[in-house]
Order: sequence, then C-alpha cells, then structure tokens
Amino acid sequence: MLKIDNLTAEIDGKQILNGLSLEVAAGEIHAIMGPNGAGKSTLSYVLGGRPGYEVTGGSVDFRGQDLLDLEPHERAAAGLFLGFQYPVEIPGVSNVQFLREALNSQRKQRGEEPLTGGEFLKLAKEKANLLGLDMDMLKRNVNVGFSGGEKKRAEMVQMGILDPSFAVLDETDSGLDIDALRVVGEGINAIMRDANKGVLLITHYQRLLEVVRPDKVSILAKGRIVRTGGPELAERLENEGYDAVMAEPA
Amino acid sequence: MSGAATLPTRKDEAWRYAAVEKLREADVENWRQIDIAAGESARELLVISDGNSSETEVHRLRVQVGEGARFELFGVIASADYARVELDVTLGKGAHFEMGGITVGGRETVREFVTRTTHAEPDGTSNQAVRAVHWGKGTGNFLGSIDVVRHAQKTDAAQDFKGLLLEKGASVNAVPQLEIFADDVKCAHGATVGQLDESARFYMAARGLTPELSRRLLVQAFIGDALVALDDEDAQERLLQVALDKLDKHL
Repeated sequence: MLKIDNLTAEIDGKQILNGLSLEVAAGEIHAIMGPNGAGKSTLSYVLGGRPGYEVTGGSVDFRGQDLLDLEPHERAAAGLFLGFQYPVEIPGVSNVQFLREALNSQRKQRGEEPLTGGEFLKLAKEKANLLGLDMDMLKRNVNVGFSGGEKKRAEMVQMGILDPSFAVLDETDSGLDIDALRVVGEGINAIMRDANKGVLLITHYQRLLEVVRPDKVSILAKGRIVRTGGPELAERLENEGYDAVMAEPA
Repeated sequence: MSGAATLPTRKDEAWRYAAVEKLREADVENWRQIDIAAGESARELLVISDGNSSETEVHRLRVQVGEGARFELFGVIASADYARVELDVTLGKGAHFEMGGITVGGRETVREFVTRTTHAEPDGTSNQAVRAVHWGKGTGNFLGSIDVVRHAQKTDAAQDFKGLLLEKGASVNAVPQLEIFADDVKCAHGATVGQLDESARFYMAARGLTPELSRRLLVQAFIGDALVALDDEDAQERLLQVALDKLDKHL
C-alpha cells in the first residue's frame, strides 16, 4: 500500500533521512519507534509534503501513485491522513466548518458529490461520540483553547470524518493521560483496523501499542530503518532501551 | 474658481497615503451630516464594491452623537482605484461609537478608512476595528485620530488595526493619533501587519483543502473580527461576501 524506497530528505540543507526504506501492506499497522532526533517527525512531514522538507532521492509509492509528485491537498484526497504531533490552532474557523470544507474539498477532487450540512453533522456527531469528544467542542474554533489531550482526540475525530485509507500518526500518544490514551487507541482501532487500510504509527512509547497492537515494529535511527520485527520488538525496547537492542547484530 | 487650490495634498496628515492625484473637487467638498438625538441609535452600512463604484470614491460623514446615543458604521471597501471612507464623529455624554471596517484590494489601488473621533463630553466610549487584506501593489490604510477634551473624563476608547499582506508589493499603513487632555481615561490602540500563517495552511492542506480554500477560510477568519460587533447576521454575511468575492475574483 505504501512503499518507501531509499528515501533521502533534508531540511535547511541538513540531511535527516538517509536512505529510508519501508513497506506497509494493506491491513497492516506498522509502528515506528526511535530515539529523539532519529527523523520520525521528518518522515511524517515528508510523507505529508510539508514545504521546506526537501526530498533529495528515493521514491514513495502510495497505492500505485508517486506520492511525492502530489501536492499536500492532493495527497489527502488520495487517501493519506497525517496526524500531527502538534495540531495547529486556527482562530476564527470552527471545526465544523473546517472539516466540512476539507471533506467536501477531498470529495470534489475525487469527483464525488459534496455532503450537505445535515449529512455532515450526522457524520461528525457519530465520530465525535466514538472518540468521546463533546459535540460542542466541534463548534469551537479549530484547536483553539483545547488541552493537549483534546487536540489529539480532535485529530482522531478528524480522521474518523475524513475516513482515509492510510494514516501516518506522528506521536499521537504524546500529551495524553492513561484514559485518553485508551480512547484514542481504541479510536485508531475502530477507524483504521481494516483489511483495506494501513497505518504508520510513530510513537516513543510501548503504552499505545498495548491498545493498538501493531503487526510490525521498526526502529528508526539516524534517518534509516535499522531493524524490523513483530510486536515483541517494542516490548524489548521498552525494557532494554534503544542502545541495547540496536547494538545486537541484526 | 479654480478647484486645484482646494484639493488636499499629501502634506496634509489626513491625506498622507491618499491617491490625491485622483481627487476631484466634488469628492472633497461633500460632507454628509448625521445627527443622532439623545438616547437614539443609528447604524450605517457602507459597501464600495464592483458595480456600484466609480474610479474614485470618497465618502465623508460628519456625525454628531447625542447624549447616551449610539452610532455604528460597518463598511467594506472592495472597489475603486482610490476609495476613502472618512468619519468625523463627535460624542456627547455617555455616547458610543462603534466602527468596523474592511479594506481589500490589489493592483495599484488605495483604499482607506480615516476617522476622527472627538470625545467631547464625559463617559463616552468608542471602539474601532479595521482589517486590511491586500495583494498586488494594493494599499490599505487606517488613519484614526482620537481627541479627548479636558473635561471628557471616563472616556473609554479603543482602536485596533490588523493588516494581512498576501503578496510582496502590497502594503498597509496604520496611523493612530491620540490627543488626550483629560486625566481619567482609557485609550487603547494596537496595530499589526502579517502574512498568512504557513503552518495553518499546511495543516489545512493535509486535511484536503486546496490552497485557494485554505486562504479563503483564513482571510474570512481574519476580516471577521471587524464585524463581530455587528449584531445582524444577514448584514454580516453580506459584507463578508463582498470582501471574499473580491478575493476570489482577483487572486
């Protein structure tokens, strides 16, 4: 579904990704773990197409399309969802308006009919309920005045509404207390656990992976994938640390 | 009689950023007088948009606001090579003046709000918010002077200007001018100039909004500030639409 091959990328002339290769098949949840500064966030921004992140080599194939050839909004319409580590506040724009415009913009790009206001509200209510987010929160401005946990819940509601085929979730668990972590994790399962969908789950901690059981776990270090294994790899990292696990011969 | 002698020049502070070369004598001689009786309220909505404007649009209003009375003006300047909305407002005791203005424009247009607010009696309040969104070589200005006379104690006046530049080459100017002769007053003013928030634009793109749509939403949020005090949703919507249509058509 997503095939990253020998990807190199830099920001401000500094190379961050150094020949990263990774493949996620449909139906798979693939966790990426790695020490600070390994390039985890850079990977998610490069996949999302953030300006300033320059791809200098390699390729990314997304469902048979050259992902790197698409503008950020086209990537979204093609089914890619980027969950932000720090969701952006947009004063003066309500969640409801933002998400309805976003969904209809995606639908238009795909040649589908727009949802009416009523249809959209029904969908939004359903997804907000799923994530335990009060509908009143969705009437407020995008992320403005939201706590860290509320922002992450709101991200998952957005994901539920936009219903992508592939999600890149960048430290969706950071800033969450234990209860919120469970709600968000179960949200990911409910929305993305599907034979036709895929997830790249970037995280620091094992805890989220107890709720969202990954099919594969990869370690990202110095801009490359240095090891890939099953869920047991995440447990070993939690217990033994990056240095010990990475020091072993692959 | 020669008209040239009576036309203002840029040396005149209140015409400093004006396209004075476009002025005709008729433009500057015409003041509309509005008197609002004690305790009454009046609202003016002023729209300068394509289709209802000529090359030069100068609208000058002299407003006398009686004791405890209220005057509101909400305006959008979205057309004319040179457009100026000028208000000379004198507030009686406990009177209020509320103003929200929006300028939008590109090419080499100059669009401006010029206000002179005189707090002539105690307990008067005034609140002015202007938002300017420009591109090309367009210019948006807000020249706002506030005079508080010696005995106009407990005056509470506020002025707020924000400019948004969508392209290099556009400009905005804010000239607040406060002359305060009373000692127990509040007079606040603020002015900022910026560009669209790029991190917000990427966030919106990552959710599927095209660059045009994200810009429209951000501009709508930005200029909406100037109309929050307008408690008529239809009117609010109409004014907003004039500004956004301009953006859609020309950018």
